Amino acid sequence: MGDERRGIPTRAPAINPDSEPFWAATADGRLTLQRCAACGAVVWWPKAICPACQSFDLAWFDATGRGTVYSYTVVHRAPGSWGRAAPYVLAYVELEEGPRLMTNIVDSDPDAVTIDAPVRVVWHDTGEGNALPRFTLAD
Amino acid sequence: MSIRGRAFIAGIHEHPGRHLPDESLMEIHARCCVGALADAGLSMGDVDAFVSAGDAPGFGTLSMLDYLGIRASWIDSTEMGGSSYLAHVNHAAAAIAAGKCRVALVSLAGKPRTGGAQPGGSARASGPESGFESLWGAGVPANYAMAARRHMHEFGTTSEQLAEIKVAASVHAQHNPHAFLRDVVTVDEVLESPMIADPLHRLDCCVITDGGGAVVVVHPEVAADLDRHCVPILGAGEANKGTANGRIDLTHTGAVWSGPAAFAEAGVTPADIDYVSIYDSFTITVLQTLEDLGFCEKGKGGEFVLDGRLQAPHGGLPFNTDGGGLCNNHPGNRGGMTKILEAVRQLRGEANAPVQVPDCELALAHGTGGSLSARMGSATLILGRSL
Repeated sequence: MGDERRGIPTRAPAINPDSEPFWAATADGRLTLQRCAACGAVVWWPKAICPACQSFDLAWFDATGRGTVYSYTVVHRAPGSWGRAAPYVLAYVELEEGPRLMTNIVDSDPDAVTIDAPVRVVWHDTGEGNALPRFTLAD
Repeated sequence: MSIRGRAFIAGIHEHPGRHLPDESLMEIHARCCVGALADAGLSMGDVDAFVSAGDAPGFGTLSMLDYLGIRASWIDSTEMGGSSYLAHVNHAAAAIAAGKCRVALVSLAGKPRTGGAQPGGSARASGPESGFESLWGAGVPANYAMAARRHMHEFGTTSEQLAEIKVAASVHAQHNPHAFLRDVVTVDEVLESPMIADPLHRLDCCVITDGGGAVVVVHPEVAADLDRHCVPILGAGEANKGTANGRIDLTHTGAVWSGPAAFAEAGVTPADIDYVSIYDSFTITVLQTLEDLGFCEKGKGGEFVLDGRLQAPHGGLPFNTDGGGLCNNHPGNRGGMTKILEAVRQLRGEANAPVQVPDCELALAHGTGGSLSARMGSATLILGRSL
């Protein structure tokens, strides 16, 4: 639904049992991560097993939604609807909790994005009961 | 146990076509297989082992064997993206050394220039990570661009330095009559080409071509009976690098692990290498890989590639003398096969004359499959002119 309004494709995610709790929380505007009860590692992306210690005892918690830009690119050429949305910013955001997640930087001048810039999460409703976590430059 | 000297590359073939709308994927495979066997002086009936990757259509390797009329006693379908074929040579050499087979055929074909559905695509879309990487417009150039941006940030690498890699590839490609792009380009032309995903310009990106290639790996006793110059496999290494539970580091490739393993097995060092085939999906791929293989210090790749160092025949480290994926050929969006082929040509003294490295004794071929900004396979081969 958000495509035309926001100018950037907002497709519903493919969901599996590992990722279902993550996407369910996005309906409430909550960015959630898993923490391993055995070793304390924060896990990204959602898994049934902790890749650090192989425990299956993982618990969800709310992230702050704040982080910094680890790397980014301003995309000028892309196929299909992404090409029509260009230029757009693809980025890895490093969350305060540690994980670096792939996302877009939106509602910001692409030329203003820099590595290490502080960002905060914004939500783009997919129209299918969940929302995509994107980020914008923090004030 | 080591594979050093226990298997040889006896035959190679690269399909001369770069746009093949009228050949089926299987015909391209078949022409490459027959060509490589003919180069070795062998026939399909001699083949007892077969390897193909995710580019094989249908039931993959089993469909290939059926199509080609081979009954194999050793079969491998390892899929590591564009790096698969270097891993295949390693696996075939190990199988030969273990006595499992004597003549192994490795094949690649693809038709991305013609377009349409490519084998393997739908399976990848169901990966556990897909919901977290497929929603952001992260096309292949954009993925590699994020690695380039981070490398620039940490080490001061510049677009001008990356462009030198394309320039060297184009200088070589002018001598390859089959190359998709044969015009020599300048640093300025690279920088003035359209921006695809900042900081990567169009000319920082590899070509998209139909085509394919094949390699025949044989037991030393088979090699001894052939009239063809057979190239000994001296060492090989493989590695995977992924998103590291959310701590992905975009400044290096899996070559930091596959490279040392290959050098150790071969008993040589980077300083001993006369020629390198380096996977060149993008200019940044080459730069990071050269660092990771130990040809220069980490972060110094930008300086390393200056002053024509990569240009044959007289640069300090001639690379991709066929023009590489940047200019010559990137069949099936999988550049690993052609990396092996040009390394074998150099060791046989059969590269295009203006780019033949004099007295080429040791060559390294390296493949990177997947993405620099997500998960990749890395595979390194070290080959010799003789044992």
